[in-house]
Amino acid sequence: MGVSRSQELSSPERPDPDRALDWQPSASLEAMRMRARMFARIRAFFDERGVLEVHTPVLGRCAASDPNIGSIPARLSSAGHSEILYLQTSPEAYMKRLLASGSGPIYQLGPAFRDGESGRLHNPEFTILEWYRPGYDALALIHEVGQLCTRLLDIAQPPIVSYAEAFESTIGLDPMRCADETLFACCRRHGLQGDCAHRDEALDFLMSGVVMQQLSTRTCFIFGYPPSQAALAEIEHGLGTEDETVAFGDARIRPPFARRFELYIEGVEIANGYQELRSAAEQRARILADLAFRRDAGLPELPVDEHLLAALAHGLPSVSGVAMGLDRLLMLAMDARTIDAVLAFPVARA
Amino acid sequence: MASYSTNEFKGGLKIMLDGDPYTIVENEFVKPGKGQAFNRVRVRNLKTGRVIEKTFKSGDSVEAADVVDLDLQYLYNDGEMWHFMNESSFEQHAAPQAAIGDAEQWLKENDVCTVTLWNGQPLSVTPPNHVVLTITQTDPGVRGDTASGATKPATTETGAVVKVPLFVEEGEQIKVDTRTGQYISRVKD
Repeated sequence: MGVSRSQELSSPERPDPDRALDWQPSASLEAMRMRARMFARIRAFFDERGVLEVHTPVLGRCAASDPNIGSIPARLSSAGHSEILYLQTSPEAYMKRLLASGSGPIYQLGPAFRDGESGRLHNPEFTILEWYRPGYDALALIHEVGQLCTRLLDIAQPPIVSYAEAFESTIGLDPMRCADETLFACCRRHGLQGDCAHRDEALDFLMSGVVMQQLSTRTCFIFGYPPSQAALAEIEHGLGTEDETVAFGDARIRPPFARRFELYIEGVEIANGYQELRSAAEQRARILADLAFRRDAGLPELPVDEHLLAALAHGLPSVSGVAMGLDRLLMLAMDARTIDAVLAFPVARA
Repeated sequence: MASYSTNEFKGGLKIMLDGDPYTIVENEFVKPGKGQAFNRVRVRNLKTGRVIEKTFKSGDSVEAADVVDLDLQYLYNDGEMWHFMNESSFEQHAAPQAAIGDAEQWLKENDVCTVTLWNGQPLSVTPPNHVVLTITQTDPGVRGDTASGATKPATTETGAVVKVPLFVEEGEQIKVDTRTGQYISRVKD
């Protein structure tokens, strides 16, 4: 079977019968009503807590430097010249610029875009809820995320499991300290084809494919990521003494680790949050390292976000922030099997 | 050697894994918010029928398997090989017992079957969904007993034994669902 059916049949003279109904939404009216109710509840939650709703650009000059995140370019023509802007993968950079300008606690509800992500849990355009709490450490923000989930999904506050403990209790490996080869062999045993180029690939595969499937509690916060996966989080270096552990809730974690957490509900990744990195120099170094990695991998060049770095240099308050995928939250609320069930028009029929 | 990238993965795609031909049963795109993307696939080994799960890094490629499904007419068997013919090209293919498997009990001369070829050699045979078979042996039923719902075994011309309603007699023809082995209906000439 060489030619796919849609290639064969979708000429104007012979419209594809399978696609004739694509003008209709894929989400039911009930799903759309649930989405509206959820948004109203979110707004009420933050209004009660004095967190300001903000609106920042979806179209921007800079893009996330993370090599695993694809930004969708858009051509803007104005004042006689044209330039490439990017649909934002998250409002993070703008919200940090607001925080550095003294905004206080802020939240944003809106679309985010990621290239190359389509599947049961992914649509290139999705809805993100992102908020920042000056003065909160990661533990305090985790507590607030839990309170929001209780409000929206009627679930109890999820427990906190450290990244290391999640690995140790399921596959018996210390993800921070075991040898690369041990991780790679473990991946092979669990069906990963091909070689991992580096440790983080192996950790990504094991975390989503094995650890979260086997963890006894699949609704939990995972905290304390490896420093290589810190993204924009502060890294806790500790004092550097032997056998040192740092307390975090009921967990004790051996440094170094990133003050980064994720929320999983029923094994589905719902939110990602940090105690935010404040050092402009460290942030610049991470961005440049990302861009070098992208260059080596043949990925498109991206500009350095000097506005974000200027905001950090000016001074970001001590702050923790979190981003949550609302479509997936809706899927959980509705017991939906696929994200299409909660989207009016997924990309295939956009 | 032809290959597919993970972007091309979909149900029904034929790939080579560890030297065996597989078909993709299910393909799922998996990506942590800040990590490497993967394709998690359930694949069926076309030689053994076993279904296993494998994960590929997105962007990796896999060798394509030279597997085609052909509709071929069943001619006869000589005890060792079962012979089929392509009705349009008249090309003949011989399949060994291993490729025939359970399908043997449903093969009737001149029926058109789906034969899966790997590198040109028959790998498996799927009989048509329904087959009409003559009953060669069965105990007599009670005349007029059409409502009891009880069944009796009946041996058919191919050797297949099918549970039939009590009113079905030797010499009659029945339609059977080859996927379940169940009686569907009587067939009147």
